[in-house]
Amino acid sequence: MRRLLLIALVSLLIISCNTGDDNGGDAYVATPSPLAVPQLFQDKLLDPVIPADNPQTVEGIALGRKLFFDPILSADGTQSCSSCHDPKNAFTDSKQFSVGIDGSVGTRNSMPIFNVAWNFNENFFWDGRAIGVEGQAFGPVTNPIEMKNTWPNAVASLQASSEYPDLFLKAFGTSTIDSTLVVKAIAQFERTLISANSKFDQYSRGEVELTPSELNGLNVFMDENRGDCFHCHGNPNSPLWADNIFHNNGLDETFTDRGRGLITGDPREFGLFKSPSLRNLAYTAPYMHDGRFATLEEVINHYSEGLVYSETIDPLMKKVSEGGVQLSEEDKADLKAFLLTLSDPSFITNPDFQDPN
Amino acid sequence: MRKFALLALVALIALSCNNDDDNSTTPVNVDFLFTHNFDGSPIENSDFDQIQYTNENGEQLSLSKLVYLISDITFTNSSGDVFDAGDYNLINVREETNLTFTPNIQIPPGNYTVSFTFGFDDEDNIDGAYADLNSADGGWNVPAMLGGGYHYMRMEGKFIDNTSTETGYAYHTIRAADMSTTPVTNQDTSFVVTLGTVTVSNDTQVEVKMDVAEWYKNPNLWDLNVLHTVLMPNFNAQIMMFENGSSVFSLGAVTQN
Repeated sequence: MRRLLLIALVSLLIISCNTGDDNGGDAYVATPSPLAVPQLFQDKLLDPVIPADNPQTVEGIALGRKLFFDPILSADGTQSCSSCHDPKNAFTDSKQFSVGIDGSVGTRNSMPIFNVAWNFNENFFWDGRAIGVEGQAFGPVTNPIEMKNTWPNAVASLQASSEYPDLFLKAFGTSTIDSTLVVKAIAQFERTLISANSKFDQYSRGEVELTPSELNGLNVFMDENRGDCFHCHGNPNSPLWADNIFHNNGLDETFTDRGRGLITGDPREFGLFKSPSLRNLAYTAPYMHDGRFATLEEVINHYSEGLVYSETIDPLMKKVSEGGVQLSEEDKADLKAFLLTLSDPSFITNPDFQDPN
Repeated sequence: MRKFALLALVALIALSCNNDDDNSTTPVNVDFLFTHNFDGSPIENSDFDQIQYTNENGEQLSLSKLVYLISDITFTNSSGDVFDAGDYNLINVREETNLTFTPNIQIPPGNYTVSFTFGFDDEDNIDGAYADLNSADGGWNVPAMLGGGYHYMRMEGKFIDNTSTETGYAYHTIRAADMSTTPVTNQDTSFVVTLGTVTVSNDTQVEVKMDVAEWYKNPNLWDLNVLHTVLMPNFNAQIMMFENGSSVFSLGAVTQN
């Protein structure tokens, strides 16, 4: 009986020590590379959103970076992600509408890319049509006014290259490339694009002072009786400077672009677009979903005097019948000064974010 | 040894067969369901952005957003024992998120007076202290220049004003702060809602009803033409909202499943 008990005990120990990894056979794990979350974000925000099936790895990030800057994904090999998402423009471009490989021009302004892991709603693009960073990365390759490729063709190009099969092997444990792995790698790289070192971040950390003009601009931004920008664009305790929610901000009386409503079909969402982050405005002109404003002055003037009524206009747009909140010229200038403190020069020059090819 | 093994087996079977139902004193969780109506008419997602309500003052209005914070759901038994998980719940009516909430505390079955705090009381209303609220809705915070802490409620929509113009309103409740005084005058305008006595058993759900119309009714008849925007820095408006809030919530159905 003792022998039987001993056998049972040993068997139990063996079973207990079995791990899930054994079931996966040859599961490959690349070198983990957890996101370097800035202290400010650690202190103020929820953890970044990272899918369980796409952890950050050294090899995945490096592959994603190479893919991001490589025109191999486009139909004619002329355009990469970075063509419209340039580091020096905080990963947007300076055009009103980006131009596709065949000269096609869209109707939306290219969005900048940073702090995407903190988009807790996980809605991407101006109309939120893509879910998750990986979901976003699927779109441009086959978009007829962007890279105009097919995924089978893009994958075939990568598979035929002398470099990529080995890089996918190192990143994902397989040299058989597919679109899912491509967007996973790009998403890993994009999640590393963290911007948290603007002058205002430094002010929040107690490292620098703001000028009187910038401080007044901060107050204009937060004052419900003046700018009241914070209800959609965050505050020092919510340092993303975006709500990632959809609003009609009083641009048009009628809509040539239904925005969010185009995706949901809900008339209550016609003309709504996602609030972009106000970080890095110094590098992301022109502004609005259709890039209609070339300067920050034009943006501020819009909210001050340029609002127009439409049925879905957000209730937070004040004094619409008067065109807006009627800021003084001094408040406008100070608001602009404050907004520029949200720009992060170290982000656009970060060597880890530049073209490795 | 055989005897020992047999005893162990019997004990194991006995434990396996234990049923929670057999023990009426085993502590249990209590679920809450938050429902919303306008003078009794239920509010659902499809009701938003429709000018279909009329407040006590006669203004026709819509809701476009209704998000609010409750905290410190508290159970007090007849002996005066108090059970409070000290947690909170941010309810988004339009998006239908967090309409159900289970406080992170287990209490013995029995009869309890149930209450909660609308918003955060001053003890909890700590500027920037809650990462989930900082991350919600573009920041659920109140800027420092408006007194800091967190919103209690954001209720927004449109109404037909006295010039027949569709106008936005933003009925936002926060801790009242008069920033014009030195030092700043703060007044805690959160309030405790006492729902009444609830019998808690193994699987109890408590419905908490919000009647939105009550925000406009009493004791202060609310005129949106006068008070529709820039209410956060309006100390007196915050006091009026606080006063009107006392009749907004009530106990709905209590179900034992």
